[in-house]
Amino acid sequence: MNIHRAETIFIRVGAATMLAFFAILVYLAVADRFVPPSHQQTIDPATVTSTAPFDHPGLVRTGPNSYDAYYVARAFSWSPQSLTIPLGSTVTFYVTSLDVVHGFTIPDEDVNVEVMPGWVSTVKHTFLKPGKLLLLCNQYCGIDHSTMYASVTVK
Amino acid sequence: MKMAIDTSGKHTTTPAENRLVLSHLYVAFGALFVGTTFGLLQTLARANLMQPPPWFDYYRMLTAHGVLLALVFTTFFITGLATFSVYKTIARERRPLNVGWIAWIVMLAGTLMAAFEILTGGASVLYTFYAPLKASPWFYIGATLLIVGTWIVFLDILLNLKAFRKDNPGTAIPLPAFMAAATFVMWFLATLGVAVEMLLLIPWAFGWTSGIDVLLTRMLFWYFGHPLVYFWILGAYIIWYAVVPALLKVPVFSDALTRLAFVLFLVLSLPIGLHHEFVDPGIAARWKLLQTFLTLMVVVPSLMTAFAIFATFEESAAAKGQRGFVNIVRSLPWSDPVFAGIVLAMILFIFGGFGGIVNASYAMDILVHNTMWIVGHFHVTVGGPVALTFLAVSYLLVPALTGRKLWSRSLALVQVWLWFVGMSIMSIAMHTQGLLGAPRRSADIAYAGAAVAAQWHPWALVTAAGGVVILTSVVAFAINLFATIFAGEEGETPFVFAVARADEPPAPKWVGNLGMWTVVAVLLVVVAYGGAFYDHFREHVYLIPGLRTW
Ligand code: HEM
Ligand SMILES: [Cu+2]
Ligand SMILES: [Cu+2]
Repeated sequence: MNIHRAETIFIRVGAATMLAFFAILVYLAVADRFVPPSHQQTIDPATVTSTAPFDHPGLVRTGPNSYDAYYVARAFSWSPQSLTIPLGSTVTFYVTSLDVVHGFTIPDEDVNVEVMPGWVSTVKHTFLKPGKLLLLCNQYCGIDHSTMYASVTVK
Repeated sequence: MKMAIDTSGKHTTTPAENRLVLSHLYVAFGALFVGTTFGLLQTLARANLMQPPPWFDYYRMLTAHGVLLALVFTTFFITGLATFSVYKTIARERRPLNVGWIAWIVMLAGTLMAAFEILTGGASVLYTFYAPLKASPWFYIGATLLIVGTWIVFLDILLNLKAFRKDNPGTAIPLPAFMAAATFVMWFLATLGVAVEMLLLIPWAFGWTSGIDVLLTRMLFWYFGHPLVYFWILGAYIIWYAVVPALLKVPVFSDALTRLAFVLFLVLSLPIGLHHEFVDPGIAARWKLLQTFLTLMVVVPSLMTAFAIFATFEESAAAKGQRGFVNIVRSLPWSDPVFAGIVLAMILFIFGGFGGIVNASYAMDILVHNTMWIVGHFHVTVGGPVALTFLAVSYLLVPALTGRKLWSRSLALVQVWLWFVGMSIMSIAMHTQGLLGAPRRSADIAYAGAAVAAQWHPWALVTAAGGVVILTSVVAFAINLFATIFAGEEGETPFVFAVARADEPPAPKWVGNLGMWTVVAVLLVVVAYGGAFYDHFREHVYLIPGLRTW
């Protein structure tokens, strides 16, 4: 099998670029804990609304500048419908669904995770800009999917 | 009876064989016409220029669009093309066509069944049919039949390869037939995943089981869903590798490296479906990282392909005494709609490749996941490069198979340019919407006047403008196609697959050993998915009842 010299160089350079690229991703994952949301926790969707903490969705203070926020998704609404987050705080969102798959996203802040019945999704984010943010469902969940949004106020 | 090994690439298929291939292509074109019409309506709805009527809502349309274009158009075109590649390069007298026809009938029956359910509202679950959205069981059965039909096409390919081997022991399979076979080995291994998923979904949809493991169905779907995109691309690559050099009257750049690229794609397409589930809960980050690495490895066969294409262009220019980038580009036959369409498709794919690297970037996926960026991305991969390559090559294939001359070359040339321009406009606007945060799969992106959503509307208008241009292109294609079939002048159009240069030594045996590559592929799948599945089955997973939320 004859491989042209130029092609060998071309592929080596490409492969090296790819490896460097992957090294950056690994570095970010290890040094900055910049990993995709991958929480592994199951939950019985039948008892979500009657068991703590999801029976009272909302914000819970966990430290001087840190909070947990519990969200429940159902076709076609979020609970809580509105939430106020203190500026500069770090919030860990815990989200689950009562029915079908939904998507939990705050487009302005790059918070983005899939939400599945039977599972708890988590995503952690620090809010540094004040404002009224749109929280919306970005996974098709049925006929009124585009009306499934809520608001988050940072102040 | 000894079979001819067709080294000229000029053996012609029989009218009976041509009818079978055309039957595949015609279903593909039908799906394209209906599917793209829905596409335009979606862009209009999202730009708030039109509201779909309540009896045919947005998501029914979007399901039809995704299924008809991503699953029906592509699959039927590729089964037709693969069958043609095999029949044309493996000459057989009185080739039995019954297996081929059974395959087509099963595929068509499944398609009609699924399409009926979608159009009548029984299956507004989009082309990914994520459980626990629960469609009519006949939708799942229809989709399963479509897949089983493609397995019969694979069987037909294998039977022809076997006949070839028997009469030509020790000879390598002709290149186009090899590419078709490698594509279908990959497809077969991939569709096993979705077949297992269907075995879970069908009894559940009938109500025989009460709950479904949602995450498991998603893992099975994407184990199939990623190689699905490579199935589309390999269909286009058969044309880029074996038809483009013939158009330029030069040999295949390297027969051995072409085979190697195809088997690498076969092996590397299968173990990476988790990159579609970067933000799914329930899958550990380390398995996602492992598959990120495997995803990026596809750079090797991709660069081999890019190199072969540029080398082919350079060789054709050199034969005309032209050197240097500008002269090479100028020397290419831009007035030929087949060639021009394919090159424009290649240009779109460069942008598809860039976007793909972004999507593959692990945690960075949160920036684009489920946004219009992704929709922009697959319109410059499958919607641009793959679809445009198929349409362009149809200007050669349909005349060759029907024995009627292409009705209008100039309309064809206009058509491929319109597609290129329209897809560029639409895709740039979609990518931009995505970066601004606009969600995909949403009928209305106004969100009651939210500040962030206000930025999306202008780009939704640009998207719609691109959609209008593409649909104009589809109409031009349809006119030309019907005029060719029904009013075209009778006459032969030669279809030639390029062949290896005479002095190229045959590829090493291991390169062409599809059995060995199948084993390698399966082992890699076990490595890539073993951990994730092991974790999954250790969890206490809740089974979820189905719902119809539309
Ligand atoms: C006239 C040409 C086309 C137009 C105007 C168009 C428009 C669109 C739009 C606006 C969406 C996104 C809708 C949403 O997420 O809410 C979409 C989705 C999609 N398009 Fe196209 N498209 C066209 C051609 C094609 C072609 C040729 C293909 C493939 C061969 C294709 C494959 C897809 C797929 C797979 C989806 C995703 C469906 C889903 O999210 O479930 N489109 N298209
Ligand atoms: Cu939704
Ligand atoms: Cu993929």
